[in-house]
Parts: sequence; C-alpha cells; structure tokens
Amino acid sequence: MGHLGWTDLWCVLIRPPNKASRLCTETASMRIMVAIKRVIDYAVKIRVKPDKSGVETSNVKMSMNPFCEIALEEALRIKESGRASEVVAVSVGPAQCVDTLRTGLAMGADRAIHVEFPGTLYPLSIAKILKALVDAEKPGLLLLGKQAIDDDCNQTGQMIAGLLKWPQGTFASKVVLDEENKVATVDREVDGGLETLCLDLPAVITTDLRLNQPRYASLPNIMKAKSKVIKKLTPQDLNIEIRSDLEVVQVTDPPKRKAGVILSSVDELIDKLKNEARVL
Amino acid sequence: MANVVAAYCLLRRSSRKLFDGRQNLNFFGSIRFVNSGLTYNFTRTRELSRQDVCYSDQIVSKHICFLRASGNGVLTSFPRGEGSGFQIHCRYLASMASTPVRNKSFSTVNSDDIIYFKKILGEKGVVEEEEKLDDANTDWLRKYKGSSKLMLQPRSTQEVSQILHYCNSRCLAVVPQGGNTGLVGGSIPVFDEVIINLRSMNNILSFDKVSGILVCEAGCILENLISFLDNEGFIMPLDLGAKGSCQIGGNVSTNAGGLRLIRYGSLHGSVLGLEAVLANGTVLDMLGTLRKDNTGYDLKHLFIGSEGSLGIVTKVSILTPPKLSSVNLAFLACKDYTSCQKLLSAAKTKLGEILSAFEFLDINAMDLVLKHLDGLRDPLPSSKHNFYILIETTGSTESHDKEKLEAFLLQSIESGLLTDGVLAQDINQASAFWRIREGIPEALMKAGAVYKYDLSLPPEKMYDLVEEMRGCLGATNG
Repeated sequence: MGHLGWTDLWCVLIRPPNKASRLCTETASMRIMVAIKRVIDYAVKIRVKPDKSGVETSNVKMSMNPFCEIALEEALRIKESGRASEVVAVSVGPAQCVDTLRTGLAMGADRAIHVEFPGTLYPLSIAKILKALVDAEKPGLLLLGKQAIDDDCNQTGQMIAGLLKWPQGTFASKVVLDEENKVATVDREVDGGLETLCLDLPAVITTDLRLNQPRYASLPNIMKAKSKVIKKLTPQDLNIEIRSDLEVVQVTDPPKRKAGVILSSVDELIDKLKNEARVL
Repeated sequence: MANVVAAYCLLRRSSRKLFDGRQNLNFFGSIRFVNSGLTYNFTRTRELSRQDVCYSDQIVSKHICFLRASGNGVLTSFPRGEGSGFQIHCRYLASMASTPVRNKSFSTVNSDDIIYFKKILGEKGVVEEEEKLDDANTDWLRKYKGSSKLMLQPRSTQEVSQILHYCNSRCLAVVPQGGNTGLVGGSIPVFDEVIINLRSMNNILSFDKVSGILVCEAGCILENLISFLDNEGFIMPLDLGAKGSCQIGGNVSTNAGGLRLIRYGSLHGSVLGLEAVLANGTVLDMLGTLRKDNTGYDLKHLFIGSEGSLGIVTKVSILTPPKLSSVNLAFLACKDYTSCQKLLSAAKTKLGEILSAFEFLDINAMDLVLKHLDGLRDPLPSSKHNFYILIETTGSTESHDKEKLEAFLLQSIESGLLTDGVLAQDINQASAFWRIREGIPEALMKAGAVYKYDLSLPPEKMYDLVEEMRGCLGATNG
C-alpha cells in the first residue's frame, strides 16, 4: 500500500462531500405537468338525451375527474417532498374548464394552462395538444388519470407516451421517485396482481384509484388560487388541427335489469332451466 | 286534585282549538286521571319553552324539576269506552326513582282479538313472531324495550280505522309506530300495547309537478320520497340522518326538524294537509292540497308534533321545494361558541337566500365520529379546533353561489370568526362532510351507553347546557 501524501489527502477532502446536495439543485428544477379533465360529477345520476345523441350535460354538476384528482395529489406530494419545484395543471375543453383548473390551483398547483376548444375532443387530439404543451414546458414527469369517467377511454396517457416516445407506467398504485430523479419505480395494478416497473424519467404515469386520497381544497389555498395565473391558449396557437376520426352514432341506456322471479317448486325450476334458459 | 286541575288548565291553555264545539270532538268532553301514586306532569316532549316551564312550576309539584333532570314526559292516549271520554296516562321516563306501572284498566290481547285482526288484515298483517316483535319492541338506541305480543300492519286507512275502533271497544292500549328511528323511546310500547306499524302503507298517491305538492301515505320512507322527487326535479323540505328508515308519518307526528329547517322551515309550514284516524276509529280527513286554506279551524297543526297521542296520521300532503342544481358545502373551524353564533348571523345576512343548512359540532363529537366510524377522515387535519361548522348553500347558479360563499368565507377569516376551513369540490367530498355530521348518533351508540334528549333551546344558551352537564358528569365523560 502506497503512502498517502499530503497532496492526496487534500484531493480527497476537496471532492464534494454530499452527493445529494449537488443533485438537489438539478432536481429542484423538475417540473411536473398534470392533465385534468372536467367531467360530470361522479355522484350524479346520468340521463341520456331524448334524441340519443349523448348524455345530458346542461344544468348538471360538473367537477374534476376523480383519477385526475389523484394524479394532481400525487404531483403535489412529490413537490412537497422536495423532488419537484413546480406543478402545472393543464386542461383542454370549453370555457368552463377554468373552474376545474381553479380547483386544481386551490389544491396547490402553481399555475395552470387552459387550451380552449368548445367542441368534442377525443383522446388522440388531447394527446397531440399535450405533446405540444410538453414540448413548450419541458416537464420531467407527466401525470394523468388512468381514464375519464365520462368516456372511459383509457387512451390518452398511452397515446401521448407514444407520441413523445417516453416510457409509461399506467394504472399506478404506487410511485416512488429515486433521489436523483432519474428513475421512477411504479407499481401497476394489472389483472394478475401488481407489476413493478422502473421507468427512466421523463416519463408518463397514469394513476389508479388506490394511489392516494386527494386532499380537500382549504380556504387559505382557495384564496391564494385567485391570484395564480391561468394561461389561455387555443389549438391554433399550438399548431394543432383538431380532427375527429370518430363519430358518436347513438347513446342509449343499458337495458333495465329484469326483476327476479320466485318459483314455487323444483319442477318449475327445472322446467324454466330447460325451456326458457336452455341450459339443461 | 290539584293535578287534575293542572292537567285541565295546561291542556286548555295549550290548545284552545280542542274545545271547539263545531268539530264534534266529544271525546275531549271529559278528562280523567288514574292516580297510581305517581306525580304526573304534562309537557310537550320536544319544546320546553320558557312559558311552559314557568307555568308548570307554579302549578305542578315542585320536585318535578323536569328541566334540570332533563327528562321526558310522554303523553299517550289509551282509548276507553264508546266515546264517553278518554284517559290520559302519563309516564315520566327520567332517572327518577319511579317506574311506570301498567294501568290495570287496559285489557290484554286474547285469541279472539287475534282472530278478529286476522280477519281484517289477513295473515300477513298480523305479526306475532318473537324475532320481528323484538325489533319492534326495542328502540333505535337499544335503551328501552317493551313487551308487546302483537304487531299489526294495516295497508289502508280503512283498516287502521277498523283496528282502532276495535281496540277502543275492547280497551286495548295501542302505540303507533313508523320507522322506529326515534331516539327518545317514544315509538315503542311501555308494556304490552298493540303496536300499529304503518310500514305497509307506503304508496305515493299523487304529485303535482306545477305546484310541487306531494300526497302520500304515512308509511313512505323519507329516502324513497326523496328519490322519487329527485326524478321530478323537487326535494323534500326536510332531511335527517335517519332518512333511510324513518317514515313521513312519524316525521309529521313528531314535527321533525332536520338539517334544512333553516331554509325551508318546520313541518308546520310545509304540511298542507293530513288524514288521521282518531282513537275511536273516526277518520279525520284534513287532506287539503291548497297553499292557503282558511276554512274552519286548522286542526292539522295539532297532529303535527302530537306524537300519536291525538290520532294516527295515515296520509300526508306536503309542499316540496324545487331541486336547485348548485349545492356548495363548507366545513369550517371556529375557536369558541361565540364565534359560532356570530358566524350564524353573518351567514344569514351575507349568504341570505342561498343558505340551506348550518350545523355545528364540537371537538368531542368530531373525535368520536372519527374514532368509531369507518372511512372518514378529518377534513381539517392540520390542527385541532374547538368547534366545527358545516355550512351548505343551495341555489340555481353555480358561479354566483360560489362567489358569494367564497367572499363570505374570506371575510369571516379576515375578521377572525373562522380559523380554518375547506370547501367540498365535488359531491363525494360533500357526502363525506355530511357523513361526519349525520354519523354522530351512530358513533355515540358505538361509544357506549347514551342518554339522548331532544331539547330545543335558544341559540345563545345552547352550549351552556353542554358545559353545565360536563361539570355535573365530570370532565372525562365529555
């Protein structure tokens, strides 16, 4: 073993002692973008329009999609743990989306972007718009709800990951970012159980129900939200042409459940199984 | 003798309309007492207004300090004879050392009675099984238990009338029962009275979409009425935690208040008419559906709040307000009771027409609820607060209401009335807040033995009662 001269010792001491502190300055600038959607409130009884063209949305309570709430809550928790510096909420839709964005700001998002478009929007258009926003804002992480409760498409997250060529962790029930913010470990809820993935950041994560319980919007935060900025854009500003490749032909109620029948004897049961249900 | 005079004077004073000759109410002609060694008092179970207290103090014996003992006096009418008069047997359900004794002049149910009832009601309408009777004999808090051997479930006013006429002639005591969700033991028998349960009379008879007037039978469950009206775009003017089981007949008979009293008023204003069957089987049809009807004396008000002592309510006609789309709910925290009161007056002034509910709970209640009920979390976890307030607004324009509410809340925080608060952002969060408030009786039941009294007090004195009781019971019992 050689001698460690004074010069060698000196070099050792000069090396930055704390790995994390150097990287903190890098990670602190990570921005999280959360896409949220304004939908009919989960607890409202849905009515189909008489002309079967869609669902009644006028005079009906609208609120933030529950999965988007969970995504926003996760973003806020990541920011509160020091791994992100800013949470940006974005929404695409008609003018009233501003209300939903205000809720997001009241929960704790720092600023919001509203891309105004009054017509029907499908996941691919949303994905294209989000891609344009991601290119402009350059977040390190994009969080979305796994699906919207009005159309149940479950496509936007996957599509945008494809467009951005980013890795995706969908149906996340646990998200852990490592210290250097380079890798996200995501537990996914799949049919067979739980699957754990490691994703390199930047990545797209879509959230499932058991990820967290969203916080309530407290009054002090609601007051602060009034002064936060909501940037308004249109699809034209982003050079996106909204073109729908799908057309909704008809929306109908599911058939009403038929009442059960109480039978009086085993013979009657056998008869029904044979002749009506035809399973015997 | 002094007691008879007391009874007569109090009845006379409280309800002059009873003595109107025009209405041919001959059963109020004579009032007799059975003296079995107990001291009686007459008081309407819910309201101990200052006037009643002073009046009764003068007349009734001094050692019934019913305010201090915070007990209940319940008026039960047992029919006697063929319309020659009826007796009032009074029982005093407080923790005084006096147990009620069964009045010997009332008969017991025998097999002939059962045969007769089965003839009128059919097999299904007569219940004698132990299990079902167990439920009907026990109150919701599981504190009191009667020993009735027979429960009847009539399906129409005609059947109720026949039953009561028969019981009157046989001198069988009866107790009317609805959802049995009362918390003061009023809906169950004391001894072996026949239980007349109205759950089979649950039809909605008519609904006028223009005026919002709903006519239904007394056994309709409140929640079913609320869902029916929901489809039509209306709501019931009362809403209580027990809505899943309580029946509208019971609500009317007990003059239930509920969460929306501050907005829609009491049932005396919302009930436009009712049909009741008196103790001797006479059917009193007061089922008007007009907003204003000044013909004759307005007898229905006697039945509202009389708790079945004057008759069994069989049909109700009620005015329902339209359902408004914008509902906002705020869960707030105050530091003391004076701020709560000031907040109430500020809310009435600033929120005005959109205020639809104002409830308060203190920290002990909150802790109990969070401890004993599942799936609930503290909306204001950051610190402990002494008092929590729930404010609900209902209006037609979402943006206008939200603006008004937020302005009011901001002002209240700035002036120091509020220390913290959250606003529900969707219906799920709102239901969670309501669950905290409506779950208090349930949590209390799980916490241990409960003495529950339904007291009406002026707002400024409300919390004094709590503090005094805490002093009496000792701080640990809370």
